[in-house]
Amino acid sequence: MLRFTRKPWLLPLLLPLAGCARTVVLDPAGDVARQQADLIVIATVLMLIVIVPVIALTLFFAWRYRASNTKASYKPDWDHSTQLELVIWAVPLLIIIALGAITWISTHTLDPYRPLDRIGKHRPLPEGSKPLEVEVVALDWKWLFIYPEQGIATVNEMAAPVDRPIHFKLTASSVMNAFYVPELAGMIYTMPGMRTELHAVINQPGTFEGFSSNYSGAGFSHMRFGFHATSDAEFAAWVAKVKSNGGTLDRMAYLNLEKPSERDPVRHYATVDTGLFDAVLNRCVDPAHMCTHAMMAIDAAGGRPAQGAGAIALLPRSRGDLRGSPFVPAAMCSLPTRRIPAISLTARAAP
Amino acid sequence: MFNPVTSPEAVSPLFGKLSLAAIPYHEPILLATFAGVVVGGLAVLGLLTKFRLWGPLWRDWVTSIDHKKIGIMYMVLGLIMLLRGFADALMMRAQQAMAFGDNPGFLPPHHYDQVFTAHGVIMIFFVAMPFITGLMNYVVPLQIGARDVAFPFLNNFSFWMTTAGAVLVMISLFVGEFAKTGWLAYPPLSGLAFSPDVGVDYYIWALQIAGVGTTLSGINLVVTIIKMRAPGMLLMKMPVFTWTSLCANVLIVATFPILTAALAMLALDRYVGSNFFTNDLGGNAMMYVNLIWIWGHPEVYILILPLFGVYSEVVSTYSGKRLFGYSSMVYATVCITILSYLVWLHHFFTMGSGASVNSFFGITTMIISIPTGAKIFNWLFTMYRGRIRFDVPMLWVMGFMVTFTVGGMTGVLLAVPPADFVLHNSLFLIAHFHNVIIGGVVFGVFAAMVYWFPKAFGYTLDTFWGKLSFWFWLSGYWLAFTPLYVLGLMGVTRRMNHFDDSTLQPWFIVAALGAVLIALGIGSFLMCLFVSYRKREQLRDVSGDPWNGRTLEWSTSSPPPEYNFAFTPVVRDTDAWWDMKQHGFTRPEAGFLPIHMPKNTAAGVVLAGISLVLGFALIWHIWWLVVASFVSLIATVIVHTFNYQRDYHIAADTVAATEAMRTQQLSAAHV
Repeated sequence: MLRFTRKPWLLPLLLPLAGCARTVVLDPAGDVARQQADLIVIATVLMLIVIVPVIALTLFFAWRYRASNTKASYKPDWDHSTQLELVIWAVPLLIIIALGAITWISTHTLDPYRPLDRIGKHRPLPEGSKPLEVEVVALDWKWLFIYPEQGIATVNEMAAPVDRPIHFKLTASSVMNAFYVPELAGMIYTMPGMRTELHAVINQPGTFEGFSSNYSGAGFSHMRFGFHATSDAEFAAWVAKVKSNGGTLDRMAYLNLEKPSERDPVRHYATVDTGLFDAVLNRCVDPAHMCTHAMMAIDAAGGRPAQGAGAIALLPRSRGDLRGSPFVPAAMCSLPTRRIPAISLTARAAP
Repeated sequence: MFNPVTSPEAVSPLFGKLSLAAIPYHEPILLATFAGVVVGGLAVLGLLTKFRLWGPLWRDWVTSIDHKKIGIMYMVLGLIMLLRGFADALMMRAQQAMAFGDNPGFLPPHHYDQVFTAHGVIMIFFVAMPFITGLMNYVVPLQIGARDVAFPFLNNFSFWMTTAGAVLVMISLFVGEFAKTGWLAYPPLSGLAFSPDVGVDYYIWALQIAGVGTTLSGINLVVTIIKMRAPGMLLMKMPVFTWTSLCANVLIVATFPILTAALAMLALDRYVGSNFFTNDLGGNAMMYVNLIWIWGHPEVYILILPLFGVYSEVVSTYSGKRLFGYSSMVYATVCITILSYLVWLHHFFTMGSGASVNSFFGITTMIISIPTGAKIFNWLFTMYRGRIRFDVPMLWVMGFMVTFTVGGMTGVLLAVPPADFVLHNSLFLIAHFHNVIIGGVVFGVFAAMVYWFPKAFGYTLDTFWGKLSFWFWLSGYWLAFTPLYVLGLMGVTRRMNHFDDSTLQPWFIVAALGAVLIALGIGSFLMCLFVSYRKREQLRDVSGDPWNGRTLEWSTSSPPPEYNFAFTPVVRDTDAWWDMKQHGFTRPEAGFLPIHMPKNTAAGVVLAGISLVLGFALIWHIWWLVVASFVSLIATVIVHTFNYQRDYHIAADTVAATEAMRTQQLSAAHV
């Protein structure tokens, strides 16, 4: 994955240790990251309009008005100049107006939740193209990728065809992580009980590195995965390979997988339980747990006092239990007597 | 390795969770540190006993309610904790320079994760905060012509509470462990489920105890500045340092309660099974992230604003010129104060807020750079047509102006949400905030220490070692953090314990060398203190005004008498002392009156000591001790309210004698 930079004018940045590693953030392989890189350059150049003169003037004034230079003019009581004040406030203001406009526009066009409308510079989205759906779960300390359309799942490895938009939906099993493939697009947090989204496209074939960019505990440093950007045919072959030699990712398998481990090998799953991602998101992979959306629906309906809360033995979670604390989680109080959608995994329960 | 505990831990009724296993005697680094601390501590205790200093230490310092002494104690606390925080920095740099490929480095994650957490917590809460509080404490009353702060006892109490928090963090080094969560302890990672050990409890209670001190000290200084200015000192005639201190303390009063509330909720989650920030039962970790940054962003302005004041004082003094654009400077400060509340979300653009929310917070963040830019220009035009003397404080200011502008630029860059998406949590971010905190806060603290040292001790600091320290720090900063900017652009993330890609290693080695240079800078500064003390007779300043200063603190003797000013000065101009000097001010030599002063008290140190015990007991679940210390805390407060011996008068004769001595010194020096 070491490639020479395609932009010769960036070389000075690398010069001190040229060839060692490249500044991927400024020269990525995906269109979204590409635009983000351009934005960094534009914003930097805009700001240099102020920064360079300030630094130069600082050094120049320091030299010119040094105490030993008695030839320089000295005006100890000069402390105001309306024109200068105007310039002082106006120049940064103008630059920030320009940068603010760029920010407003680019933040909206590069919003990770916004479906892509192009796959590259001057390359609009092909008619009728559908993004590749990928569901991502950050586990302790590995990555689970579910391909709902293909019905497969993988751990610590993902693949996507070049030039096809990818739509990620992301969550996490335990703590916060951030999903980041520098070559592809900016990062997005993965958070338990919450779903984030990311739209991106990769424009060059290759194997790129992805990792967690938010510290998540002891195994964080090795929470890395390979991102394979392939041709359509290679992608189909990869899917077929996963289907032919992979295992089964059902709920039990997931509950085992979710246990903390480090430096996990790549794993392939030929089949995945439908609705697994939603179950992870709603924290009810273990059928004994009520799904968050069901609980929220009950709460939204005003809830009802518990009648025999003991009957609903919410098992301590394999992680996230209260470790023998004498206190009983309060939300059980809002459960009705009949066991309701707790086990229904995909349905959005209406109150 | 994570080990899911399924049974409740054994909690002894007498010692709580505390057992011999909590002592990390199997960790050679900690053991050596502990031995060093014990030997050093015993040496200090021995020396104190040998020179019979216990009495003076207790009477003149520990129980002192003199704002000057408390200010100095804050600075000493900051310096000591700087050594601890910097030791952590050196270990991190060493680990990251080593741990490539097959080499795991010398710090396993269990230890390394504590080190980077402790580094952040200590540097912000127990280095930067004591430094700025110490400076404001020492200088503000002198600048406004007051004899002390508004609530002198509270001041002493605040200091000792801050110290108790620092002591608690230090205890975690040898008893148990510190948090492994990063300096802001985001849940769910910091919740009981994923951090079942005492580390996060140390974090919570150390910050809660120190937070009491910080909040009270903020209230104290706000009241002092509002109510105790010398006659004639209208708000728009206050020295700029006083202005920036006022704004910083308003920020403290308005934001520290949010930190307290957020940590209290986290503590409830951990102690009584509530679910504010847990994954289950409706908890939402993002609420914590919002709250902590609603405190956290103003916090960085709390740190930098007073130093902006320092730069203003120093530039103007050493350029021999009035500050350019005083009112523009004041309005810029107030703008920053207000705007600092409106930007917190820029710390988590990457958590999926909508584009409009992200743009709003991105743009408010950029707007802050306008008043900040105006300030930089004002300093620049203060130098313009001045007569600049490059004493050590001015060197620090020059280093600041060059370094900080770069940090400001990368900061605005990070405020562009799509740019932040690729740079958030990267080493670029680390380089950015060290760029503004070292280049802004630390350089300012050093400028201030060198600038006001003669005021506090009566002799100036040695120039050679002072300059050496500056050059080491400046070159060290650039050498240590430029590689981090580059690494950030290579997509390298923060808080990594080990790297597979060995091509990155040279950059980390360079960064480690930079850290060594900074270590030399710290060493040179300590050397500077030592050498200057040895040469104090040569460096003696009798005038009280060694730099040809402009503000009121330079009108009194160095060190100032405990009552600061025999007569309250009358102010006619922003640069009050400069104005007085221009108009042939003569010191009054007769007609002194008795001066009403507050009396020392041990209540502050006692209360903080009990709070420390309470915190320790809470951390280790020693419930009987929690109850006992809490009851005695309340009892001590009640008893203290019956202390009616709170003030006394310095007799007019004593004032006259002190002032006469100064008259003698002055005339001897002028001869």
